[in-house]
Amino acid sequence: MKATARITAVAEAGRTRLVTLRSEPPLLVRRTGHRGPAAGPLARGSAAGAGEVEVHLVGGAAGPLGGDRLRVEVTVGPGARLCVRTVAASLALPGPRRAERAGTHSTLDVHATVAAGGSLRWLPEPLIAARGCDHVSSSLVDLESDASLTWREEVVCGRHGEDPGDASLHSTVRLAGRTLMRQELAVGPRAAGWAGAAVLGGGRATGTLLVVDPQWTEKPPEAAVLGPGAALMPLAGGPAALASAVGGDLREVRAALDRAFTQATLA
Amino acid sequence: MPDTTLLLLADGRFPAGGHAHSGGLEAAVTAGRVRDLDGLAGFLRGRLATAGLVSAAFAAAACRGDDLGRLEAELDARTPSPALRKASRAQGRALLRTGRALWTLSTVERELHHPVALGVVAAAAGLTPAEAALTAAYGTVTGPASAAVRLLGLDPYATHALVARLAADCDSVAARATTMDDLPACSAPLLDIGAEAHATWEVRLFAS
Repeated sequence: MKATARITAVAEAGRTRLVTLRSEPPLLVRRTGHRGPAAGPLARGSAAGAGEVEVHLVGGAAGPLGGDRLRVEVTVGPGARLCVRTVAASLALPGPRRAERAGTHSTLDVHATVAAGGSLRWLPEPLIAARGCDHVSSSLVDLESDASLTWREEVVCGRHGEDPGDASLHSTVRLAGRTLMRQELAVGPRAAGWAGAAVLGGGRATGTLLVVDPQWTEKPPEAAVLGPGAALMPLAGGPAALASAVGGDLREVRAALDRAFTQATLA
Repeated sequence: MPDTTLLLLADGRFPAGGHAHSGGLEAAVTAGRVRDLDGLAGFLRGRLATAGLVSAAFAAAACRGDDLGRLEAELDARTPSPALRKASRAQGRALLRTGRALWTLSTVERELHHPVALGVVAAAAGLTPAEAALTAAYGTVTGPASAAVRLLGLDPYATHALVARLAADCDSVAARATTMDDLPACSAPLLDIGAEAHATWEVRLFAS
């Protein structure tokens, strides 16, 4: 399946308005919430900004399956505040013609741009790399200076008691045109040493949470160790910190990332 | 091809302070993630495929004469851990100092990330980008391997046999690093997390 979803949010008279909400099966986008101006413990950043609008990506079919080409385009205008979630984990599965490997991998490309004073929170449920899958997720986020971002990525290596297929997650975040963060995590049989002690050390789940906050320009959060498999790390290239966690299951990883978020934002 | 110069630069006895770093192995051993030769093999394979490929690609690019400021910024973006950024720059500084005593470097920079410094020094020594990449890849394996002998009391013969088994992987990582269109960004979460934990210890055998 080939599908593109598109979400465009703009600020208008103190509110965030969705001017584009394009769904294409299996990528269905639903508006699910609206907060008042900068309310709630996680609605951070400029108190003067518009209220945040929340949308969910609803999986209209199983997958991604080998061969799928999925794309999500998110645009957040000046001063607008958007939160994107998914209703459930994505389960990467092998395609129907597994014997013909060439070209049967699945891809999910996410391209997000956030204008000055805008805020995007990208908080999807994890990717589960099922046995035999061959999946590549690529995210490219372009932030204008003074934009805020909270960006979470999690991957679970196989369903219960299952060895994972091949999955890789590539993420690039640029701030004012300069690379702020770039990561490529690969798990599965083709990724040498992925289960070894340098990469996941036998952990079945891993995740990162990137927070970019213009208020940290003067003083970014300090580095912190958050247990045996998690750390919060201020980045070199801007007002940003990355929390990274490895654990036995998603619950452990999510708890560590949540803890890191609290630590970073309360500092 | 100046073969002896390549051996000189890749030699663990090259006086650039490499022996003071365990490449994250000390943290992995203390966390109980590496206990024996098998654990070390998994660690080295993962480190070579991630940090090894990234280092090799950046060393090759610096050797080729790519803009050093851009390489530094791109490597910063690929190194979320401040402890690893610091360790990389400390090793780069030591390497530049040594390189400057031996050859004429193309830069007056005193501090660069280690892979970038390695590329600069390799170019000054008359080596090719492919040789710079090979030196970088090899170093990502031999550093922790020799630290393993001290940290775990492993049999040096068995440890070297492991390094010998990784030789073909090292060659292919270096070859890939030289031919990639884009600078790779392979991540190793536990190297980042371990480096942050390690940096908080008061007593440690290795600097990183």
